[in-house]
Amino acid sequence: AKTKLTLIIIIMLFKHKQCQSQAIVIYTGWERHALVGSDIRLSCSFFSWRWTSEDVTFSWTYRPDGSRDSISIFHYTGGVPYVDNKGPFRDRLEFVGNPGRRDGSILLKNLDFSDNGTFTCDAKNPPDIVGRPSSVRLLVFEKVPIQAGVITGAIIGVVLGLLVLIVAIYYLMRFLVARRVFNLSVRSVPGLCPAALCQPGLCQGLGLTPEPIPGTETCVAKQA
Amino acid sequence: MLLLLLGIISLHVAALVLLFVSTIVSVWTTSETTTSDLWINCTLTNGGYQCEPASTGVWIQAVQALMILSIIFSFLSLFLFFCQLFTLQKGGRFFLTGTFQILASLFVMSGAIIYTVMSSGWIQKTDSFGFSYILAWVAFPLALISGLIYVILRKRE
Repeated sequence: AKTKLTLIIIIMLFKHKQCQSQAIVIYTGWERHALVGSDIRLSCSFFSWRWTSEDVTFSWTYRPDGSRDSISIFHYTGGVPYVDNKGPFRDRLEFVGNPGRRDGSILLKNLDFSDNGTFTCDAKNPPDIVGRPSSVRLLVFEKVPIQAGVITGAIIGVVLGLLVLIVAIYYLMRFLVARRVFNLSVRSVPGLCPAALCQPGLCQGLGLTPEPIPGTETCVAKQA
Repeated sequence: MLLLLLGIISLHVAALVLLFVSTIVSVWTTSETTTSDLWINCTLTNGGYQCEPASTGVWIQAVQALMILSIIFSFLSLFLFFCQLFTLQKGGRFFLTGTFQILASLFVMSGAIIYTVMSSGWIQKTDSFGFSYILAWVAFPLALISGLIYVILRKRE
Protein backbone atom coordinates (compact mmCIF):
# COMPACT_ATOMS: atom_id res chain seq x y z
CA ALA A 1 0.00 0.00 0.00
CA LYS A 2 2.89 2.34 0.82
CA THR A 3 4.53 1.72 -2.56
CA LYS A 4 1.19 2.33 -4.28
CA LEU A 5 0.88 5.68 -2.47
CA THR A 6 4.41 6.79 -3.40
CA LEU A 7 3.78 5.70 -7.01
CA ILE A 8 0.59 7.79 -7.15
CA ILE A 9 2.40 10.80 -5.65
CA ILE A 10 5.25 10.48 -8.17
CA ILE A 11 2.80 10.27 -11.10
CA MET A 12 0.91 13.35 -9.79
CA LEU A 13 4.14 15.30 -9.44
CA PHE A 14 5.14 14.33 -12.96
CA LYS A 15 1.79 15.45 -14.33
CA HIS A 16 2.07 18.68 -12.34
CA LYS A 17 5.53 19.27 -13.76
CA GLN A 18 4.17 18.61 -17.24
CA CYS A 19 1.35 21.07 -16.70
CA GLN A 20 3.79 23.68 -15.36
CA SER A 21 6.21 23.25 -18.22
CA GLN A 22 3.40 23.83 -20.67
CA ALA A 23 2.84 27.43 -19.62
CA ILE A 24 3.70 29.95 -22.29
CA VAL A 25 6.32 32.56 -21.30
CA ILE A 26 6.14 35.98 -22.94
CA TYR A 27 9.10 38.34 -23.20
CA THR A 28 9.00 42.06 -23.77
CA GLY A 29 11.34 44.78 -22.59
CA TRP A 30 10.94 46.27 -19.12
CA GLU A 31 11.18 49.95 -19.93
CA ARG A 32 11.90 51.76 -23.19
CA HIS A 33 13.03 55.35 -23.65
CA ALA A 34 12.48 57.37 -26.81
CA LEU A 35 12.69 60.94 -28.07
CA VAL A 36 9.67 62.93 -29.22
CA GLY A 37 9.04 62.44 -32.92
CA SER A 38 11.08 59.27 -33.21
CA ASP A 39 9.96 55.72 -33.96
CA ILE A 40 10.26 52.82 -31.58
CA ARG A 41 10.01 49.07 -32.02
CA LEU A 42 8.32 47.28 -29.11
CA SER A 43 9.44 43.68 -29.21
CA CYS A 44 7.38 40.74 -27.99
CA SER A 45 8.34 37.09 -28.23
CA PHE A 46 7.32 33.98 -26.41
CA PHE A 47 8.63 30.62 -25.37
CA SER A 48 6.44 27.55 -25.60
CA TRP A 49 7.07 23.83 -25.42
CA ARG A 50 4.69 23.26 -28.32
CA TRP A 51 5.41 23.82 -31.97
CA THR A 52 4.27 27.19 -33.27
CA SER A 53 0.71 26.54 -34.31
CA GLU A 54 -1.11 28.15 -37.23
CA ASP A 55 -3.63 29.66 -34.82
CA VAL A 56 -0.98 31.61 -32.90
CA THR A 57 -2.31 35.01 -31.76
CA PHE A 58 -0.61 38.20 -30.57
CA SER A 59 -2.44 41.11 -29.03
CA TRP A 60 -1.15 44.43 -27.74
CA THR A 61 -3.04 46.69 -25.32
CA TYR A 62 -2.14 50.20 -24.22
CA ARG A 63 -2.78 51.87 -20.88
CA PRO A 64 -1.87 55.59 -20.70
CA ASP A 65 0.00 56.86 -17.66
CA GLY A 66 -2.38 57.80 -14.91
CA SER A 67 -5.33 55.99 -16.46
CA ARG A 68 -6.88 52.74 -15.31
CA ASP A 69 -8.40 51.69 -18.62
CA SER A 70 -6.61 49.66 -21.24
CA ILE A 71 -7.36 49.94 -24.91
CA SER A 72 -6.60 47.22 -27.40
CA ILE A 73 -4.40 48.48 -30.23
CA PHE A 74 -3.23 45.45 -32.15
CA HIS A 75 -4.36 41.89 -32.76
CA TYR A 76 -2.89 39.16 -34.94
CA THR A 77 -4.98 36.08 -35.56
CA GLY A 78 -5.53 33.57 -38.33
CA GLY A 79 -2.40 34.79 -40.09
CA VAL A 80 -3.73 38.37 -40.49
CA PRO A 81 -2.56 41.39 -38.46
CA TYR A 82 -5.24 43.92 -37.46
CA VAL A 83 -3.83 47.34 -36.55
CA ASP A 84 -5.49 50.17 -34.68
CA ASN A 85 -7.63 52.29 -37.02
CA LYS A 86 -9.71 54.22 -34.50
CA GLY A 87 -7.68 54.69 -31.33
CA PRO A 88 -4.71 56.84 -30.34
CA PHE A 89 -2.34 55.03 -32.68
CA ARG A 90 -4.29 55.06 -35.94
CA ASP A 91 -1.95 55.37 -38.94
CA ARG A 92 1.05 55.22 -36.59
CA LEU A 93 1.17 51.52 -35.87
CA GLU A 94 2.85 48.90 -38.02
CA PHE A 95 3.30 45.19 -37.51
CA VAL A 96 6.97 44.25 -37.97
CA GLY A 97 6.94 40.87 -36.32
CA ASN A 98 7.33 37.37 -37.69
CA PRO A 99 4.74 35.05 -36.12
CA GLY A 100 6.45 32.03 -37.65
CA ARG A 101 9.54 32.95 -35.61
CA ARG A 102 7.41 33.68 -32.52
CA ASP A 103 7.99 37.41 -32.86
CA GLY A 104 5.04 39.75 -32.40
CA SER A 105 6.81 43.13 -32.45
CA ILE A 106 5.11 46.36 -33.43
CA LEU A 107 6.52 49.67 -34.65
CA LEU A 108 5.18 52.96 -33.26
CA LYS A 109 5.90 55.99 -35.41
CA ASN A 110 6.15 59.69 -34.62
CA LEU A 111 5.95 59.46 -30.83
CA ASP A 112 4.43 62.19 -28.71
CA PHE A 113 4.28 62.92 -24.98
CA SER A 114 0.74 61.53 -24.85
CA ASP A 115 2.14 58.10 -25.76
CA ASN A 116 3.68 57.66 -22.32
CA GLY A 117 2.21 54.53 -20.78
CA THR A 118 2.30 50.77 -20.43
CA PHE A 119 2.07 48.42 -23.42
CA THR A 120 1.06 44.84 -22.70
CA CYS A 121 1.69 41.96 -25.09
CA ASP A 122 -0.32 38.78 -24.82
CA ALA A 123 0.56 35.82 -26.99
CA LYS A 124 -1.27 32.50 -27.30
CA ASN A 125 -0.01 29.38 -28.99
CA PRO A 126 -2.91 26.87 -29.00
CA PRO A 127 -3.14 24.49 -27.20
CA ASP A 128 -0.59 26.29 -24.98
CA ILE A 129 -2.66 29.19 -23.76
CA VAL A 130 -1.85 29.47 -20.07
CA GLY A 131 0.56 32.31 -19.46
CA ARG A 132 1.02 35.83 -18.13
CA PRO A 133 0.99 38.81 -20.45
CA SER A 134 4.15 40.87 -20.26
CA SER A 135 4.28 44.67 -20.06
CA VAL A 136 6.76 47.25 -21.27
CA ARG A 137 6.73 50.84 -20.10
CA LEU A 138 7.30 53.60 -22.67
CA LEU A 139 8.86 56.90 -21.62
CA VAL A 140 8.99 59.74 -24.15
CA PHE A 141 11.53 62.50 -23.55
CA GLU A 142 12.18 65.85 -25.14
CA LYS A 143 15.88 65.18 -25.00
CA VAL A 144 17.74 62.20 -23.65
CA PRO A 145 18.30 62.78 -19.93
CA ILE A 146 21.78 62.40 -18.54
CA GLN A 147 22.11 59.41 -16.27
CA ALA A 148 22.74 60.14 -12.62
CA GLY A 149 26.39 60.11 -11.83
CA VAL A 150 27.86 60.24 -15.33
CA ILE A 151 29.06 63.82 -15.12
CA THR A 152 29.97 63.44 -11.46
CA GLY A 153 32.19 60.48 -12.22
CA ALA A 154 33.66 62.18 -15.27
CA ILE A 155 34.70 65.32 -13.36
CA ILE A 156 36.17 63.32 -10.48
CA GLY A 157 37.98 61.00 -12.89
CA VAL A 158 39.47 63.83 -14.92
CA VAL A 159 40.75 65.76 -11.90
CA LEU A 160 42.25 62.71 -10.21
CA GLY A 161 43.73 61.62 -13.52
CA LEU A 162 45.39 65.01 -13.93
CA LEU A 163 46.75 64.71 -10.39
CA VAL A 164 48.23 61.29 -11.09
CA LEU A 165 49.65 62.55 -14.39
CA ILE A 166 51.32 65.56 -12.75
CA VAL A 167 52.85 63.37 -10.04
CA ALA A 168 54.08 60.87 -12.62
CA ILE A 169 55.62 63.57 -14.81
CA TYR A 170 57.31 65.13 -11.79
CA TYR A 171 58.92 61.86 -10.73
CA LEU A 172 59.85 61.04 -14.32
CA MET A 173 61.63 64.36 -14.78
CA ARG A 174 63.51 63.93 -11.51
CA PHE A 175 64.53 60.44 -12.50
CA LEU A 176 65.70 61.44 -15.97
CA VAL A 177 67.60 64.51 -14.85
CA ALA A 178 69.36 62.68 -12.04
CA ARG A 179 70.47 60.00 -14.47
CA ARG A 180 72.07 62.63 -16.72
CA VAL A 181 69.79 61.56 -19.57
CA PHE A 182 68.95 65.20 -19.98
CA ASN A 183 71.88 67.50 -20.24
CA LEU A 184 70.40 70.84 -19.51
CA SER A 185 71.95 73.02 -22.16
CA VAL A 186 71.23 76.66 -22.88
CA ARG A 187 72.27 78.78 -25.86
CA SER A 188 74.12 81.69 -24.33
CA VAL A 189 76.95 84.14 -24.77
CA PRO A 190 80.06 81.99 -25.19
CA GLY A 191 81.89 81.57 -21.93
CA LEU A 192 79.00 82.92 -19.90
CA CYS A 193 76.76 80.30 -18.35
CA PRO A 194 73.71 81.51 -16.49
CA ALA A 195 73.31 80.20 -12.97
CA ALA A 196 69.65 79.81 -13.78
CA LEU A 197 70.72 76.65 -15.59
CA CYS A 198 70.76 74.93 -12.20
CA GLN A 199 67.17 73.99 -11.50
CA PRO A 200 66.16 73.97 -7.82
CA GLY A 201 66.32 70.47 -6.53
CA LEU A 202 68.86 69.47 -9.15
CA CYS A 203 71.81 71.45 -7.91
CA GLN A 204 70.94 71.52 -4.21
CA GLY A 205 72.44 68.62 -2.43
CA LEU A 206 73.93 67.21 -5.62
CA GLY A 207 76.70 69.75 -5.81
CA LEU A 208 76.24 70.65 -9.48
CA THR A 209 77.39 73.80 -11.22
CA PRO A 210 76.97 75.02 -14.80
CA GLU A 211 80.09 74.48 -16.88
CA PRO A 212 80.61 75.55 -20.48
CA ILE A 213 81.35 72.85 -23.02
CA PRO A 214 84.57 73.91 -24.80
CA GLY A 215 84.14 74.66 -28.45
CA THR A 216 80.42 75.15 -28.23
CA GLU A 217 78.11 77.79 -26.96
CA THR A 218 76.33 75.54 -24.51
CA CYS A 219 76.71 74.61 -20.87
CA VAL A 220 76.14 71.43 -18.99
CA ALA A 221 75.37 70.83 -15.32
CA LYS A 222 78.49 69.17 -13.94
CA GLN A 223 79.47 67.92 -10.54
CA ALA A 224 81.21 70.72 -8.58
CA MET B 1 55.24 73.08 19.97
CA LEU B 2 53.01 70.12 20.58
CA LEU B 3 50.13 72.51 21.27
CA LEU B 4 50.67 74.18 17.90
CA LEU B 5 50.68 70.79 16.20
CA LEU B 6 47.47 69.74 17.93
CA GLY B 7 45.84 73.04 17.03
CA ILE B 8 46.73 72.74 13.35
CA ILE B 9 45.59 69.14 13.14
CA SER B 10 42.29 69.87 14.89
CA LEU B 11 41.61 72.77 12.50
CA HIS B 12 42.24 70.49 9.55
CA VAL B 13 40.08 67.72 10.99
CA ALA B 14 37.29 70.19 11.77
CA ALA B 15 37.27 71.39 8.14
CA LEU B 16 37.27 67.76 6.98
CA VAL B 17 34.36 66.81 9.23
CA LEU B 18 32.34 69.82 8.03
CA LEU B 19 33.01 68.78 4.43
CA PHE B 20 31.87 65.24 5.18
CA VAL B 21 28.64 66.33 6.85
CA SER B 22 27.88 68.86 4.16
CA THR B 23 28.34 66.32 1.40
CA ILE B 24 26.64 63.31 2.96
CA VAL B 25 23.58 64.87 4.60
CA SER B 26 21.19 65.83 1.81
CA VAL B 27 19.81 69.08 3.19
CA TRP B 28 21.05 71.79 0.83
CA THR B 29 17.51 73.13 0.32
CA THR B 30 14.66 72.95 2.80
CA SER B 31 11.05 74.00 2.95
CA GLU B 32 8.20 73.27 5.34
CA THR B 33 7.74 69.72 4.13
CA THR B 34 10.67 68.83 1.91
CA THR B 35 14.43 68.63 2.02
CA SER B 36 16.35 68.21 -1.18
CA ASP B 37 19.81 68.00 -2.73
CA LEU B 38 22.51 66.86 -2.95
CA TRP B 39 21.65 63.21 -3.39
CA ILE B 40 17.97 62.63 -2.49
CA ASN B 41 14.81 64.67 -2.22
CA CYS B 42 12.61 63.78 0.72
CA THR B 43 9.02 64.84 1.24
CA LEU B 44 7.11 64.62 4.51
CA THR B 45 3.86 62.79 3.83
CA ASN B 46 1.26 61.07 5.95
CA GLY B 47 3.30 57.91 6.09
CA GLY B 48 6.55 59.58 7.06
CA TYR B 49 9.38 60.70 4.85
CA GLN B 50 9.26 59.61 1.26
CA CYS B 51 12.53 59.95 -0.62
CA GLU B 52 13.45 59.80 -4.28
CA PRO B 53 16.77 60.41 -6.04
CA ALA B 54 17.65 64.02 -6.79
CA SER B 55 17.34 65.41 -10.28
CA THR B 56 20.13 64.42 -12.60
CA GLY B 57 20.86 67.80 -14.11
CA VAL B 58 24.35 68.83 -15.19
CA TRP B 59 24.82 71.36 -12.38
CA ILE B 60 23.83 69.13 -9.49
CA GLN B 61 26.24 66.50 -10.73
CA ALA B 62 28.97 69.13 -10.98
CA VAL B 63 28.34 70.19 -7.36
CA GLN B 64 28.40 66.55 -6.25
CA ALA B 65 31.70 66.00 -8.02
CA LEU B 66 33.29 69.15 -6.56
CA MET B 67 32.24 68.27 -3.00
CA ILE B 68 33.63 64.75 -3.33
CA LEU B 69 36.87 66.08 -4.83
CA SER B 70 37.24 68.53 -1.95
CA ILE B 71 36.91 65.67 0.55
CA ILE B 72 39.48 63.62 -1.35
CA PHE B 73 41.96 66.49 -1.53
CA SER B 74 41.51 67.34 2.14
CA PHE B 75 42.16 63.73 3.07
CA LEU B 76 45.26 63.65 0.86
CA SER B 77 46.41 66.87 2.48
CA LEU B 78 46.12 65.35 5.98
CA PHE B 79 47.99 62.25 4.86
CA LEU B 80 50.71 64.36 3.21
CA PHE B 81 51.01 66.46 6.37
CA PHE B 82 51.94 63.42 8.42
CA CYS B 83 54.31 62.26 5.67
CA GLN B 84 56.04 65.62 5.46
CA LEU B 85 56.15 65.93 9.25
CA PHE B 86 58.62 63.07 9.36
CA THR B 87 60.46 63.46 6.06
CA LEU B 88 60.84 67.21 5.60
CA GLN B 89 64.22 68.73 6.39
CA LYS B 90 64.54 71.32 9.12
CA GLY B 91 63.32 74.75 8.07
CA GLY B 92 61.30 73.39 5.21
CA ARG B 93 57.76 74.43 4.45
CA PHE B 94 54.72 72.24 4.07
CA PHE B 95 54.07 73.43 0.53
CA LEU B 96 52.51 70.24 -0.78
CA THR B 97 50.18 69.88 2.19
CA GLY B 98 49.12 73.50 1.93
CA THR B 99 48.56 73.24 -1.82
CA PHE B 100 46.23 70.29 -1.48
CA GLN B 101 44.28 71.92 1.35
CA ILE B 102 43.94 75.18 -0.58
CA LEU B 103 42.78 73.21 -3.64
CA ALA B 104 40.18 71.49 -1.45
CA SER B 105 38.91 74.86 -0.23
CA LEU B 106 38.72 76.12 -3.82
CA PHE B 107 36.66 73.07 -4.79
CA VAL B 108 34.21 73.70 -1.95
CA MET B 109 33.96 77.35 -2.95
CA SER B 110 33.24 76.49 -6.59
CA GLY B 111 30.67 73.89 -5.56
CA ALA B 112 28.87 76.30 -3.25
CA ILE B 113 28.94 79.09 -5.83
CA ILE B 114 27.62 76.85 -8.60
CA TYR B 115 24.83 75.69 -6.31
CA THR B 116 23.93 79.22 -5.31
CA VAL B 117 23.76 80.51 -8.86
CA MET B 118 22.17 77.56 -10.66
CA SER B 119 19.82 76.12 -8.07
CA SER B 120 17.08 78.57 -8.98
CA GLY B 121 16.58 76.36 -12.00
CA TRP B 122 15.14 73.46 -10.05
CA ILE B 123 14.02 74.61 -6.60
CA GLN B 124 10.98 76.70 -5.80
CA LYS B 125 11.17 80.33 -4.75
CA THR B 126 9.65 79.51 -1.37
CA ASP B 127 12.44 77.11 -0.41
CA SER B 128 15.35 78.27 1.68
CA PHE B 129 18.91 77.03 1.95
CA GLY B 130 19.51 74.19 4.40
CA PHE B 131 22.25 73.57 6.92
CA SER B 132 24.38 71.45 4.61
CA TYR B 133 24.73 74.42 2.30
CA ILE B 134 25.73 76.64 5.23
CA LEU B 135 28.27 74.07 6.42
CA ALA B 136 29.82 74.04 2.96
CA TRP B 137 30.29 77.80 3.14
CA VAL B 138 31.79 77.51 6.64
CA ALA B 139 34.15 74.73 5.57
CA PHE B 140 35.57 76.91 2.78
CA PRO B 141 37.29 79.57 4.95
CA LEU B 142 38.36 76.95 7.50
CA ALA B 143 40.07 74.91 4.80
CA LEU B 144 41.59 78.02 3.25
CA ILE B 145 43.04 79.23 6.56
CA SER B 146 44.32 75.74 7.31
CA GLY B 147 46.03 75.58 3.92
CA LEU B 148 47.61 79.02 4.35
CA ILE B 149 48.92 78.03 7.78
CA TYR B 150 50.61 75.01 6.21
CA VAL B 151 52.22 77.17 3.56
CA ILE B 152 53.54 79.65 6.14
CA LEU B 153 54.57 77.06 8.73
CA ARG B 154 58.22 76.05 9.00
CA LYS B 155 59.33 72.73 10.35
CA ARG B 156 61.27 72.83 13.63
CA GLU B 157 62.81 69.92 15.46
